[in-house]
Amino acid sequence: MSHWKEGKKVERKDDYEKRREHLKNLSEKQLEERFWELCGQLMDPIVEMAANQTSPSIERSVLLRMGFSSLESKAIVDGAIDRHLLEHGAGHLVYKLAQNEGLEIREAGLKLADSELWDETATLFQAGAK
Amino acid sequence: MKKLEKNKKIDVVEILKDLENYRPRRRHWTWREGSGEKRQIGKFEYYDTSENLKQAQPLPGGSFFDDIAPQPACSITTEIASGRFEDDIRRMRMAAWHGADHLMVIRTAGQSHMDGLLEGTPQGIGGVPITRKQLRAQRKALDLIEDEVGRPINYHSYVSGVAGPEIAVLFAEEGVNGAHQDPQYNVLYRNINMIRSFVDAAAAKKVMAWAGIAQIDGAHNANATARDAWKVMPELMVQHGLNSIFSVKSGVKKENICLSTVPPTAPPAPCMRLDLPYAVALRELFSEYRMRAQQNTKYMGSSTREATVTHTLNLLISKMTRAEIQSTITPDEGRNVPWHIYNMEGTDTANQAFAGMDGLSEMLQIKRDEGELADKVRELKERAVLYLEEMVEVGGYFNAVEQGFFVDSGYYPERNDDAIVRHIDGGIGAGTTIERAEDYMAPVTAHFGYNNLEQYGLEAVKKPSYLIDGDSFDKPEKIIFVDELDDMDNVNVRMEETEEYRNKNIVKPEMEWLGDGVVQTTMFLPTDERTACYAAIEVGRKMGLEEVEVIHSEVMQAAEGTRVEIKGKFQHSINLDTLVVPPPPDVMSDEELYTAIKARPMKVVAATVGEDEHSVGLREIIDIKHGGIEQFGIDVHYLGTSCPVEKLVDAAIELNADAILSSTIISHDDIHYKNMKKIHDYCIEKGVRDRIIFCSGGTQVSPEIAEQYGADKAFGRGSNGTQLATFLVKNREERGL
Repeated sequence: MSHWKEGKKVERKDDYEKRREHLKNLSEKQLEERFWELCGQLMDPIVEMAANQTSPSIERSVLLRMGFSSLESKAIVDGAIDRHLLEHGAGHLVYKLAQNEGLEIREAGLKLADSELWDETATLFQAGAK
Repeated sequence: MKKLEKNKKIDVVEILKDLENYRPRRRHWTWREGSGEKRQIGKFEYYDTSENLKQAQPLPGGSFFDDIAPQPACSITTEIASGRFEDDIRRMRMAAWHGADHLMVIRTAGQSHMDGLLEGTPQGIGGVPITRKQLRAQRKALDLIEDEVGRPINYHSYVSGVAGPEIAVLFAEEGVNGAHQDPQYNVLYRNINMIRSFVDAAAAKKVMAWAGIAQIDGAHNANATARDAWKVMPELMVQHGLNSIFSVKSGVKKENICLSTVPPTAPPAPCMRLDLPYAVALRELFSEYRMRAQQNTKYMGSSTREATVTHTLNLLISKMTRAEIQSTITPDEGRNVPWHIYNMEGTDTANQAFAGMDGLSEMLQIKRDEGELADKVRELKERAVLYLEEMVEVGGYFNAVEQGFFVDSGYYPERNDDAIVRHIDGGIGAGTTIERAEDYMAPVTAHFGYNNLEQYGLEAVKKPSYLIDGDSFDKPEKIIFVDELDDMDNVNVRMEETEEYRNKNIVKPEMEWLGDGVVQTTMFLPTDERTACYAAIEVGRKMGLEEVEVIHSEVMQAAEGTRVEIKGKFQHSINLDTLVVPPPPDVMSDEELYTAIKARPMKVVAATVGEDEHSVGLREIIDIKHGGIEQFGIDVHYLGTSCPVEKLVDAAIELNADAILSSTIISHDDIHYKNMKKIHDYCIEKGVRDRIIFCSGGTQVSPEIAEQYGADKAFGRGSNGTQLATFLVKNREERGL
């Protein structure tokens, strides 16, 4: 049915009258319901995807809330990306390191921002990685 | 800080002190109070207003109505972002006095592509670099300003680009109350990778939801970008719908989701007929959401007058449908980064139109259920549904973007093959998102998505930040304040450069920044448009302006001439210590005037002279009902309009009048001054000049010049009967008449 071809745009005349056949007997209320149902259907898989992925910005936003500055957050997240540890959560790295080393949260994070204790951190997550 | 005083400037230096310890008062958006009830303001009852301000700058026309300043029920937006946030603070205060309570700060060019936060206070281009220090300084200023005007001010900026989640956290921490957030905007207009954009958006929205920040979407950009803007209406509804539902699913309450909606077209297109059905369809479809009515900028040129008319028609649509937030665009946006004065004009346009249309829906109603509007509303809804159906058919949102569904200029289902196409693995930030591991965990408040807190116990599940003894949302003292990172590009350096304009008693014209020297001049040149533009630049240079540019030109007639507006930089400051400011008009009290006239009655003759039929001004000065000189008992013999000079003087002699009053509006070829000279000369010829007081007036009369043409006293624009009566009484006494 679709006029769309993979990777190629098309020109198309206005065929509204033909396309609307299946809508023309709906009430406006039903049309509105259909609109929202379709919007939800299109966005559900994207919401699901967003819930299961993370990004450098998301992780930095977690560290900001944990009491780190933008500069410190960036250093920690960059370190985690380099060492393939971001999937555990940057805040998680700081938290677990602090617990394990008996450090305050802020102390632990600053160590990571200064490129210290990364090996210890990596070891902590080896067993827990999926 | 000390509270603001009406007649004292806000102290920006003081605002910048001790910022590291400043905390905002609140986070959430605040709607105006007191709407939905009738309200007596001055001499009128209003139907659709909100609570009055404690202090306000009335509209220019307010002076006719006891300086009332009725406030519409909706929030009023103005965008202030000149590149120097410190100067914007002063403009924000002016805007708040004019009735704006939603102050938006556009970000500096390129900030949406920066993967991280900026710090310090660098100067911006076309906007302001949004940083913690800048936000905190402006929020602190706005807290003082809202106390001064007596209404909460919503502060607003943008949560878009590749650092959305961090910016959302920053906004929640710093008391920003409104923000643009729409992942589609990133994808289509900022070429940010689709996956990154949506993943970040969900996280950002969840934070915004927690802070109660009102969200504005970005759909109106399709209108501004598409070739034929009025054809993208079905797509606009789709974009609004997708962002709205994505926001709801990310945790945002519907009442905090505002659609950024623009009437798609503008005159000379028959815009009301095209835009009104769209406005109705949109508001019905999104009945649970709020409307942020933006004004049309797509068809905006450099004429501020034309922009104002378009905006007024847009306001009529808001009035006849609904808008919870009414945005304003400065009428100079088609020329340059907005200037102070145009923020006030835009705000005034909204307030003026809404005041004028107050209660209109008591008398006018949209013909919703029959005829052209009803058909169009249905058709638009159907086209939007068809659009969504085809998106599903091609495999969902991402595929639809890849296949060029968006910002095509065709009226859907029509397609013109000119859409914006983006690819799933393309754009800025492509490949930067990763799958969360099974043990993924974030010990913070308002975190969206999968979060394995169970591994750390029930307390953590209940309150994630329990694990870290509270986060910055629980304990703002945990926020780390970064001051300046750049020794040269910061507010302290800029403030030093402009210091003399704050601390010396001098003044310089400005449009954006303290001491910028910018002025604009309007002129008519009797030549063709192209020649006129170049001639105008020379005029500006000869006036002593530098960096002269034409900002607007309009043909009056191809051969006869052109209207040109230029801007340029004035090179001097005015020393206020040596400036001579004449004292304000000398007036006696009403009581003193009654007494003086009662003790010695006075008779005057009055007329508009020459071929001048404009009697309104003179009537205002004379009539008892307008507070004119009759109220003090002065006996006025009004001879009407277009009175010959000789007749006026002869009447004065015959009636043995104390004074002659002449009024003129028409001023071409200096006819008003020439007539004054004739009256003066004829009085001399008749031998009565010594014993008669001669006063003249009119809107184009300059008192100093008129007095050179023989008037004893002249009265220009803004004069009133009390001033004239005072002069008559005093002059009679001084001259021993």
